[in-house]
Amino acid sequence: MRFERRATRSWGLTLLAPLMAVAVAFVVAGGLIALSGAPVIEAGRRILENAFGSRLALTETLTRTTPLILTGLAAAVAFRARVWNIGAEGQFYGGALATAAMAQVVPGPLAIPALMLAGAVAGVVLLVVPVALRLRFGVDEVVTTLLLNFIVLLFVSLAIEGFLRDPLAFGWPQSVPVPPEARLPKLVDRSRLHVGLVIAVLAAVLVYLVNRYTVFGLQARAAGLSAPAARFAGVPLSRTLLTTACLSGGLAGLAGAIEVMGVKGHVSSDLSPGFGYTGIVVAMLAGLSPLGVILAALFVAALFVGADGMSRALAVPSFIADVTTSLALLAMLVAIFFTQYRVAK
Amino acid sequence: MTDLLDILLTAGLWSSTFRIATPLIFGTLGALLCERAGVLNLGIEGIMTFGAMIGWLTTYLTGDLWSGVLAAALAGAAFGLLHAVLTVTLGLSQHVAGLGITLFASSSSYYVFRLAVPVQGTPPTVEAFAPLALPGLSDLPWIGPALFTQTPLTYLALVLVLLTAWILARTPLGLAVRLTGENPHAAEAQGLDPVALRYGAIMAGSALMGVGGSFLTLAAFNSFFPTMVQGRGWICIALVVFSTWRPMRALLGAVLFALFDAYQLRLQAVFGKAVPYQLFLMLPYVLSILALVVMARRARVPQALMKPYRRGER
Repeated sequence: MRFERRATRSWGLTLLAPLMAVAVAFVVAGGLIALSGAPVIEAGRRILENAFGSRLALTETLTRTTPLILTGLAAAVAFRARVWNIGAEGQFYGGALATAAMAQVVPGPLAIPALMLAGAVAGVVLLVVPVALRLRFGVDEVVTTLLLNFIVLLFVSLAIEGFLRDPLAFGWPQSVPVPPEARLPKLVDRSRLHVGLVIAVLAAVLVYLVNRYTVFGLQARAAGLSAPAARFAGVPLSRTLLTTACLSGGLAGLAGAIEVMGVKGHVSSDLSPGFGYTGIVVAMLAGLSPLGVILAALFVAALFVGADGMSRALAVPSFIADVTTSLALLAMLVAIFFTQYRVAK
Repeated sequence: MTDLLDILLTAGLWSSTFRIATPLIFGTLGALLCERAGVLNLGIEGIMTFGAMIGWLTTYLTGDLWSGVLAAALAGAAFGLLHAVLTVTLGLSQHVAGLGITLFASSSSYYVFRLAVPVQGTPPTVEAFAPLALPGLSDLPWIGPALFTQTPLTYLALVLVLLTAWILARTPLGLAVRLTGENPHAAEAQGLDPVALRYGAIMAGSALMGVGGSFLTLAAFNSFFPTMVQGRGWICIALVVFSTWRPMRALLGAVLFALFDAYQLRLQAVFGKAVPYQLFLMLPYVLSILALVVMARRARVPQALMKPYRRGER
């Protein structure tokens, strides 16, 4: 089979691509649910019901959406400039840990901005180093950011069993809690939903504006399309990639900070059920568009929250949500390809 | 201090070194084969996870260890086929496609495992591979217990290193694979089929990754649990760079790495009270990054690595 580039880009196809990808993922996931012996339609209904069907379901889904918007943005920003940041998981934990540590130092009304900044800075450091290693030594940042995820997670474990250990946690390894004045206010009473969601949505809008209307946004896109061409056109490549790294790492670190301040109140080794890795799926489903990330994060969060409830009721392993999102990612890659190419006659 | 050196000389240390090295050897060899043909395969972490799961499950159901290994190889090849369709036929980003395969392969292995084995107090086990003392060789002092009293999979890994090195360096097939990884257009001009060569290399390499994963559940341990691959796949990707894309050096890298890992486990026993154990566990990953930094500039990367090949398109 041979493919040829489409002469024009069709907006219809571009919008259709994620829908097709999700449809394919759902069909395969339906097959996998059938394999477990559970009724497929009933499973789908329960996923929807558990994701959106009640006040509790909806606020839980939006609570889960918040970190995914930020890690999704982290991936989208980086991938657009072809900085392969696969380390969002580590940056998320780095940000969370920095937040918990900073909370012991900064008191009072300054706490919330200071803690968020600390989280973002931790994320920045964890990505700028690998990108600098790529620029200086030619080390592929995919591998270094992946390996850093393991290092950071071990460091978190070291911290919460050591210098940041909460002595009141009955021997459970978790960090000292963030004081009440540094917790994010609730968005909806009697729920876990907090103002982090607003911050995440604002971040998406901000990234959209930066991409669209700033010189840096243009340079990052140029670097992603073709590094040699960008350099030829006078784009300061190193600076652009390092700035991208700051933005991407900062967003992932901020996600960790907000999750600590908004939801958990402390750091533990199970703070993130793979928010960093899932962010990559979110970014790809959104076609790397910052505003699309909001929708894609909502979709993925609903799938995870819904599948959790469904799996308790129907005894389908809750890993079905991970399988479905990863299938959607693969299907999306193929779908994007067919918006650009068609089968040659 | 002399104690620390003494540990280095014990046969026990070297015996566990080769045990720890085995999945890394399979994985590194597999990743190397893919990259030599010009395709980065970041599906490795997930393929090893799936190999660990399906190898264990097959043995659990059939009672036969080699069926498990075969199942892991076939599953690996199947994921390799998927990766080849995405990266060779469609020419998609090898980074993103590989990560997608890793996410898909690992999540589906957890799903299938949970379907087959509902949650229990203790995970069920299989009768794992027993060490096989090679007659004659295993009686040699020191090296006998260290190298020649291993499970059959370790011997298989060592034989495959020699075989791959020989095929790549000395056979027309190996030359064709290397040429495809350096310059697929030149390969095609020679009447070779770069697409078929890449498909073959990716599927064979991914099969090796699957077998490497199955070592974990069929020889190193005797049960499967999620996240058990623990970044070994990513370490293999780093080891390929360290090996400068040569099988014999890949073996050297994997063994050095495993020696370090086995040594830190023993140091943990000595210093465990004074130094947090997490620092020891971090060392392998730190070491991999350092190795990458040192080797990246010296390495001669296959020239067409990560460049999709489309017939008639430059």
